[in-house]
Amino acid sequence: MNPLPSSPAEDQSLIAALKAGEEHAYEQLVRRFGGWLLGVARRLVHGEQEAQDALQDAFLSAFKAIDRFQGDASLATWLHRITVNAALMRLRHRRRRPETLFEDLSSGDGARQDPNYPPVNWSESAEVAAERAETREFVRAMIDELPDTYRTVLVLRDIEEYDTAETAKELGITPNAVKIRLHRARQALRDRIDRRLRAFDPEARP
Amino acid sequence: MTTCGELARFLMAYLDRELPEEQRASFEQHLKACPPCVIYLKTYEATIRLCKKSCAEDARLPGAVPEALVQAILKARRATK
Repeated sequence: MNPLPSSPAEDQSLIAALKAGEEHAYEQLVRRFGGWLLGVARRLVHGEQEAQDALQDAFLSAFKAIDRFQGDASLATWLHRITVNAALMRLRHRRRRPETLFEDLSSGDGARQDPNYPPVNWSESAEVAAERAETREFVRAMIDELPDTYRTVLVLRDIEEYDTAETAKELGITPNAVKIRLHRARQALRDRIDRRLRAFDPEARP
Repeated sequence: MTTCGELARFLMAYLDRELPEEQRASFEQHLKACPPCVIYLKTYEATIRLCKKSCAEDARLPGAVPEALVQAILKARRATK
């Protein structure tokens, strides 16, 4: 989960105002956390409208549940979970979009099926490549193309930094399924990034 | 002795330190003898870092929530209370 600057004291006064039903507190909550949470929703659902709708669902749920907020987790963590839930709910209920065929997701032997095997070591040049906006855009596009069943696991584990048990619970699958999907999603992305970096980085060519 | 295919399959378990000791030793023995698998492991780890970086600084994230959305959320709240 990306850290969001927020002090416990600020949280406490905002929570108290929300519990007291003060009108300005709702707006303050949306303005303070909305941009960050919209980013979370965008990584899980498809399309800007869907992400905004998920964010609205999330805030409405949070407003309703604020009386039950115990403060076991930070306000940011609590809102983050509610947003992930709202986004996953949207994802489940919308019509499935046709998915790109990721034939290499069906086995765990990514390396051996790669026609470019043996691989080129671009692990260090990837650090340089990551500084370029087009590389980051390419990686995001590759993540977006993953089938939802794999993409949601990858986003929750590697980007939102949920652990395996939390991810399994959130998605209603077994921890073992989380591990298998995460590994295959990473392998599929590795293979695509490999092809990209070989094509664009002359130093990465064998 | 671990094969290249097994290495690819159990890579995540290895990185998460979830392999039984014997399998881990065999895995490491394979890595010592197989430079392509070392590269595969390094690029697999680099992929995870690249995913984090690419999503952390998200060009689609303007930082603030669009004003129209703020108003829509507040309006929906008033309608449902």
